[in-house]
Amino acid sequence: MGLFWIPLLPLLGTVVPLLSSRFGRSFLALFTAIPPLLALLLLLQLAPSVFNGEVIYQSFDWIPLAGLSLTFRLDGLALLFALLILGIGLLVILYARYYLSAKDNMGLFYAYLILFMTAMLGIVLSGNLIQLWLFWELTSISSFLLISFWSHKSEARKGARMALTITGAGGLALLAGLLLVGKIVGSFDLSVVLASGDLLRQHAAYPVVLVLVLLGAFTKSAQFPFHFWLPHAMAAPTPVSAYLHSATMVKAGIFLMARFYPVLAGTELWFLIVSMTGLITLLLGAYVALFKHDLKGLLAYSTISHLGLITLLLGMNTQLSTVAAVFHIINHAIFKASLFMAAGIIDHESGTRDMRRLNGLWKYMPHTATLAMVAAASMAGVPLLNGFLSKEMFFAETLDQVTLGSLSWMVPVLATLGAVFSVAYSARFIHDVFFNGEPVDLPKTPHEPPRYMKVPVEILVALCLLLGIFPGVIVGPLLALASTSVLGGELPYYSLSIWHGFNLPLLMSFLAMLGGLIIYHNRRHLFRFQSQFPEPDAKLIFEWLVQRLVRLCSAIIDKLENGSLQRYVFLLLLAALVLMAGPMIDLNATLGHQSSMPVDTVSLIGALLLAAGAIATVILNRRRLVSLLTLSVVGLIVSLAFARFSAPDLALTQLSVEVVTMILLLLALFFLPQSTPKESNPRRLVRDLSLAGLIGGVIGTINYAMITRPLDSISGFFLENSKTGGGGTNVVNVILVDFRGMDTFGEVAVLGIAALGIFKLIVHMRLYMPSTDGNGLPWSPDRHPMMLAIVSQSLLPLALLVSVYIFLRGHNQPGGGFIAGLITSVAIIQQYIAHGVDWIKERLRINYQWMVASGLLIAGLTGIGSWFFGRPFLTSWFDYFSLPWVGKFELASAMVFDLGVYLTVVGATLLILANLGKLTTSHSPAAKENN
Amino acid sequence: MSHLLLMPVLLPLLAGALLLLWPGLGLALQRVIGVIASLSLVVVGLQLLALAASGDYHLYALGNWAPPFGIVLVLDRLSALMLVLTAVLAAFCLLYACQGTDRLGMNFHALFQFQLLGVNGALLTGDLFNLFVFFEILLLASYALLLHGGSRARSRAGLHYVIINLVGSAVFVLALATLYGVAGTLNMADLALKVAAAPVSDRPLYLAAGVLLLVVFGIKAAILPLLFWLPRAYTAASAPVAALFAIMTKVGIYAILRVFWLVFGTGDDPLQVELLAWVWPLALATLLLGGLGALGSLSLRTLTAYLVILSVGILLATLTLASPQALAAALFYLVHSTLMTAVFFLMADLIGRQRDQGYDRFHVQAGMNNRWLMAGLFFVAAISMAGLPPFSGFISKVWILHSVYSLEQGFWLWAVILFAGLLVLVALSRGGSAWFWSSPACEKQRPLNPVELLLVVVLLSASGLLSLNAEPVMGWMLLTAEQLMEPGAYLQAHPKVAELLPGGVWK
Repeated sequence: MGLFWIPLLPLLGTVVPLLSSRFGRSFLALFTAIPPLLALLLLLQLAPSVFNGEVIYQSFDWIPLAGLSLTFRLDGLALLFALLILGIGLLVILYARYYLSAKDNMGLFYAYLILFMTAMLGIVLSGNLIQLWLFWELTSISSFLLISFWSHKSEARKGARMALTITGAGGLALLAGLLLVGKIVGSFDLSVVLASGDLLRQHAAYPVVLVLVLLGAFTKSAQFPFHFWLPHAMAAPTPVSAYLHSATMVKAGIFLMARFYPVLAGTELWFLIVSMTGLITLLLGAYVALFKHDLKGLLAYSTISHLGLITLLLGMNTQLSTVAAVFHIINHAIFKASLFMAAGIIDHESGTRDMRRLNGLWKYMPHTATLAMVAAASMAGVPLLNGFLSKEMFFAETLDQVTLGSLSWMVPVLATLGAVFSVAYSARFIHDVFFNGEPVDLPKTPHEPPRYMKVPVEILVALCLLLGIFPGVIVGPLLALASTSVLGGELPYYSLSIWHGFNLPLLMSFLAMLGGLIIYHNRRHLFRFQSQFPEPDAKLIFEWLVQRLVRLCSAIIDKLENGSLQRYVFLLLLAALVLMAGPMIDLNATLGHQSSMPVDTVSLIGALLLAAGAIATVILNRRRLVSLLTLSVVGLIVSLAFARFSAPDLALTQLSVEVVTMILLLLALFFLPQSTPKESNPRRLVRDLSLAGLIGGVIGTINYAMITRPLDSISGFFLENSKTGGGGTNVVNVILVDFRGMDTFGEVAVLGIAALGIFKLIVHMRLYMPSTDGNGLPWSPDRHPMMLAIVSQSLLPLALLVSVYIFLRGHNQPGGGFIAGLITSVAIIQQYIAHGVDWIKERLRINYQWMVASGLLIAGLTGIGSWFFGRPFLTSWFDYFSLPWVGKFELASAMVFDLGVYLTVVGATLLILANLGKLTTSHSPAAKENN
Repeated sequence: MSHLLLMPVLLPLLAGALLLLWPGLGLALQRVIGVIASLSLVVVGLQLLALAASGDYHLYALGNWAPPFGIVLVLDRLSALMLVLTAVLAAFCLLYACQGTDRLGMNFHALFQFQLLGVNGALLTGDLFNLFVFFEILLLASYALLLHGGSRARSRAGLHYVIINLVGSAVFVLALATLYGVAGTLNMADLALKVAAAPVSDRPLYLAAGVLLLVVFGIKAAILPLLFWLPRAYTAASAPVAALFAIMTKVGIYAILRVFWLVFGTGDDPLQVELLAWVWPLALATLLLGGLGALGSLSLRTLTAYLVILSVGILLATLTLASPQALAAALFYLVHSTLMTAVFFLMADLIGRQRDQGYDRFHVQAGMNNRWLMAGLFFVAAISMAGLPPFSGFISKVWILHSVYSLEQGFWLWAVILFAGLLVLVALSRGGSAWFWSSPACEKQRPLNPVELLLVVVLLSASGLLSLNAEPVMGWMLLTAEQLMEPGAYLQAHPKVAELLPGGVWK
């Protein structure tokens, strides 16, 4: 059986509780326990070879390209942690069976719990850094789910969010740190990394790596100043607190430090950061714990304090301190888990966790009280219990270190001070809860819990005793094994006996006991002193900070994205201008080598008119109708310019586009205010004018530079091949329907889509039709003047004839489907204007949408036609035929394509214009009223 | 000859035209035509993917005119990848829309096909002017789709969207005119040769055209300061449309990749370097803005819109680092973020309609039907989006960080990505807990459409699938990146003008 089954079994096990909910709570718990139990057996089966000094290793490729593989690695440290995780996990499963009430969704709870177990096993068994991080984040997520299990409670939600945010932030730092390690070492494989200690420590990036990795560890293990999330995570059900927040998850940070101990420790920086953080956390946690009235609050701060102790030990950089750290990891996990479980029992059976109300429980639950008292004594470091042993080692180590120079004496003193408080709060736990008078106003009468709820506590407490009395036999080999893998080599000499003779550490223990009891006895003074300080609620502060941040973000976003189109367009143009500045400055020789044409009067007048039209449009822009007229001057001059410079097709197109656009704009203007209100302040006017002027200047400069350069373009090819290859002498048209037929196809599609879009926008629109014009004058009662009607009606056949002519000659002479389409549209629009929509509707039963579609289809099918000749889409065909009377004529597939273009143009234009026109007539409310 | 290469353009074009042909065509028939066309695009896309796998370039000369004279469609690994992504995304969006969104206005199906026509054309074309044409199709179709369903917010957002993009089109034309005025050609391969061989005096003009194109593509891709049209447009659009729009910013990025790596990326001293120097700081700022916006959002759709902005920032910042590894990682992220954006928009709709009131707004407390199902869905999607393991978000984040480390600017990217990631984590956990934890009992039973749920779940599981099969996908991305960074082969795939048959007929 492979190593990977150890995390895999619990992972598969997550579905077990979800599936077995219907078998009742006991069976549910039993089934849930099976996969972890199997994993534990498997672990025990693998253990002997680890004890023989082997490192069991198993690897599967996952994503080698990103350095990711699934690698599992079992050494002494991993074995120790895996045993703790699985062992305590199984006890917690049993305990939770009795702790959770019938209202709780037990299956879901167990699923989360087992998921968490998988994640923890994944962390400790990872042989790959990224994989380690993956499971690391998974613990954050699953602990989020577990803390918030009672999600109807506000403190559970806030506590969960806080834990996720803090550990999540630490996780991101850790990711950065691990990636850096991987890059420096050249591999994410843990074995390789562990062998590269010197490389890492001497690397220039070592401080960065260290800080990032430690950020991950400190946030997870609730080290100062990130400790504040842990007490709020106590909103979780107590089994969760016992498992995650004392025995396992918070130890993940410690595990991380131990794991990287061989490669990151041993430097001055490590000592400073790690040991000082540990020391502060140790003192702070121990001190605050004493003042917590909530049982779990006391235990939470005590956990913080003990985690600080382990961190301090790891930070001391000596071999013996490291052994002590590993030993304390074991001891703390055992006694703290049992204490949490005892606290849970008390809460469960008495209805409160408030130590001001819980008094004298000894009478009600002597069995539980005994267990809790033994565990608390172990926490206090009373001899013959396991807590005593590691605390002795800790004291001995604080005496031995000299790194702080002349201030080194402070470390043992402060350590003793921490121990004093530790004894004091342990005493409070025992005395306040089980003795100290009678209970005050409890919600229910306390009694012993169900038999099996006590079993896990009994097992753990028995371990406390066994370990305390026979340390060498029970834990000696495992401790040695785990310490060896942390130290990465030789083990120092140490003795696990209970009695080392009268020495300084024993004196410190004695002082701590004495001091602790004295402090507890005089606690009232201390409580009064402490009550002068306001007690900050980290949850409130944290929520406040997050809300401030959220509001700040909202404010920034609102400021930037303020819904002003003017601002967005300004930014757009400004961006273009700023980006253009560089190349414009580099453009030294604006003038190219092309000689310019002589300026003639006609062109000059045209140019002046063009400029005048543009400027007038800007000046008169607030009088919309007038500015529309001046704008049309611009369009007209552009058409003339095309004609002047030998581009009759363009001139024709521009002209007809101009006409259609003007009609469209006039129609739109009908519904809009006739003048634009003055909205811009002078500053903005100057700003906008400067920007527009600068943009114009830059574009003009580029234009000038461009047209004065000789152009070697592909247009020569079109001129040469227009007749021979495309069958037409009008090169522009051949380009449109043949050389670049796809562009034309696309553009008419654009026209059609635009028409559909506009149709969609206005189809249900009902606009109020003003009964007067902008100046308050009523409209003429003669809405369809007869003159106009008759003239336009008689012009219609002529116009249609012209468009047919323009269409047919397009391939060889100026013209083509596009222009013809526009002319037809204008002619029909003319009828709409002259006769009104209803009149046309009766006579012209064409659906314009259908026209657009058939135009597109005709063009598309023409293109497909070339497939049958083994040619690509849109390949043109033409040939010359002769018929009697008609003479020689040309047939070209491009004509059919052009027909499609024609239909789409007509359809699209009329779809827009006719529907805009409809808004004014029978459908508008004003017209209805008249009827 | 095979016309497969044309299909991504022709299929939606004909389907769209067909859907318009009978104005009274029943919705059922419209759906059938639309779905068939959309699913065929997936098949075509996969075939093209197989075709592109050889690493060769495949050309399709429209009208049988050889480039640079005619318009040519070019298939390589990148365009094939994007085509498949578009087709898959579109299929999901369309099926979702068929559950009722398409009923809210006219011609939804035709416009949807035209939208695909625009996107696919822009992905395939090898001609800059043709790219402009397809951009126009894409713009107008998306405008019409944005209006679908009609509302004040949609009309307003649509107006901003279309006006900003039309200004962008004007800038596009200016850039094209400049390029044609100097180089005399607009075929990308031909243009690349011209730009590479440009005399020093012409370089500023090319650069000017280049920065104008950066503005144009920047509007589409949504780079700061050109992105302000995006949040409201994406928030206002109906769910399947917003989900489809997930590909739109990516088309802008695709255009940047295509044009800056090919047209401005060949030769000894490519202009690309100067252009990308601009992109880098703007991308980082975009990324940061996305993170801030996500945290400051009041609704899930706005949040998603800012996540789109964030993803654009990550993508562009990674792209500019211009190493094959970074490029490949960015492409992987592109696929992930596109799919996840779509999941989020659809999910916002799905969850919003299960709520008694407030739709997708976070600060409105309302009862929710199927609360735990919705919560589970949101939870998994949020994990993937926030880049937590084990979904594709995690893989792509790790790969990006991994691939940019050795580069000088990598540090900044790391810092900004990780910081923004934290903001997203906070935003999502706040949003989720506001919805699922503190909601009162629901007042009214609301049916949950199983098809909609299934579509979202399947699309979401694509994220897991992407993570499981990351290795082959990453392999493809690496080859794609290498192909992109060696534009020489692209140029060689095009015929030399001298070798053409008389009359420019090709092959």
